[in-house]
Amino acid sequence: MNELVSLLQGFFGFAWPLVYSLAKIVAIVAPLMLGLAYLTYAERKVIGYMQVRIGPNRVGPKGWLQPIADGLKLLMKEIVVPTGANKGIFLLAPVLAIGPALAAWAVVPFSPELVLANINASVLYIMAISSMGVYGVVLAGWASNSKYAFLGGMRAAAQIVSYEIAMGFALVGVLMAAQSLNLVDIVKAQQGGVFNWYWLPLFPLFIVYLISGVAELNRAPFDVVEGESEIVGFHVEYSGMAFAIFFLAEYANMILVATLVSLMFLGGWNPLFDFAPFNWIPGFFWLLVKVLFVLFLFLWFRATFPRYRYDQIMRLGWKVFIPVTLVWIVVVGAAMQTPFGYLFH
Amino acid sequence: MNFETLVFYFLASILLFAGFRVVTARHPVHAALFLVLSFFSGAGLWLLLEAEFLAITLVLVYIGAVMVLFLFVVMMLNLNIEKMRQGFWDNLPLAGFVGILMAVEMTLVLTVAGRTVSSDPVRHAADYSNTKELGRLLYTDYVYPFELAAVILLVAIVAAIAIAITLRHRTGTKHQDPAWQVSVRREDRVRLVSMPAEKEGE
Repeated sequence: MNELVSLLQGFFGFAWPLVYSLAKIVAIVAPLMLGLAYLTYAERKVIGYMQVRIGPNRVGPKGWLQPIADGLKLLMKEIVVPTGANKGIFLLAPVLAIGPALAAWAVVPFSPELVLANINASVLYIMAISSMGVYGVVLAGWASNSKYAFLGGMRAAAQIVSYEIAMGFALVGVLMAAQSLNLVDIVKAQQGGVFNWYWLPLFPLFIVYLISGVAELNRAPFDVVEGESEIVGFHVEYSGMAFAIFFLAEYANMILVATLVSLMFLGGWNPLFDFAPFNWIPGFFWLLVKVLFVLFLFLWFRATFPRYRYDQIMRLGWKVFIPVTLVWIVVVGAAMQTPFGYLFH
Repeated sequence: MNFETLVFYFLASILLFAGFRVVTARHPVHAALFLVLSFFSGAGLWLLLEAEFLAITLVLVYIGAVMVLFLFVVMMLNLNIEKMRQGFWDNLPLAGFVGILMAVEMTLVLTVAGRTVSSDPVRHAADYSNTKELGRLLYTDYVYPFELAAVILLVAIVAAIAIAITLRHRTGTKHQDPAWQVSVRREDRVRLVSMPAEKEGE
């Protein structure tokens, strides 16, 4: 491997850092794209079985090629730009939605060594980058030159901005416990089995983060933004691939939130129990299992819960989650000064 | 010219262009978006100075929160663009004077004795945490000013909420009452009307 790297380094010369970074970006984005394509398939299958149906089973063996067919269909379709729409911003909005969704992956560690950019403030970076995703929604609603899309965009943006605060406070608890803003260090601070992970001492924050994550993703039961059949959302005027990009961004964010929950509350790549045979299994596999578990929760929520009304969403975010996180941060901070502080480390 | 200088000039030219367009853009939404772009390039410049906490906070607070609310307001208001563009030349002398004054002030701050800005600042090690350093200063040397600023913000929050709550007691305002919503009965919402058939013998 090292010989190959040095050989290529000689070949590309001074452009090598650029080429090497690009190769690493492709190595993250390509599996991610494949993963989110099959996440849509998994979603339809899982919800199908929960509703005693079979789900997609026509394209390819057991419907395995369904996401490919869907992607091709959306690529072929025409992108209709409504009359009077602000064309530049109309086409910029999907880019602004997917850009942050992919850029956030730059600091996500997959194992102690396997991380594109191991920066000190990686949690802050993720918060900052994911807070930019709201622009795609607001601008899509505004640039469509349609009152329905505009109102949908406003509703979505207000929801996303509200739940970001609760998510931020939940992260404050994590970084107090880990005493670091670095995701690798946060996982290392949870070294050990299932009872060393932060879901236990930071249980209220874990629940708040998980539910706020679902709200932030505009997924059921908080999907007033895009309730397909009855409520009109910010993307009513979009068609073809421009429409699909919004959903690519949503599913990429879904995997991102699931990964962050796994890293910060479920011990990342630490094995379930820190003894044989559990710690024989490589760490990356444990991370994958945890991410898939959280993703399954998201799909399960969608199949099970009825949709929240808009004022209920706002009430839950502002009057329940934010006070809960604030109280628990004070509890953690106070407990760290007592002999029981070891519980929160 | 090394790579870092190249990045600096790249970001700085985007920043200047975006700042210029904030003032000259025809549509207020476009102007707000150019302001977002200028904040973003400004954050990039701060990253070059190893001020990663400030840079990321700039993106988080200004781009992620303040400018979103700004866009909300700009989009919702029915702005009369023609009216806004009036008086550009009338206000130009005053604005130019303020601009020159600010430039002079900044030059004075940067060149004041004992505070010479070195063109080649000392690099810190990779494990140096800007965030930790900033937090230590804020909570030790500057704890009183910091707490004062926090209290002022708290007062602003309380005031905003107080306005929202007192507005509810005025007549003619619309607000939701969840208790009333859930206790509603069929008789409050549905009215059954018995009507004779309009056509006879179909």
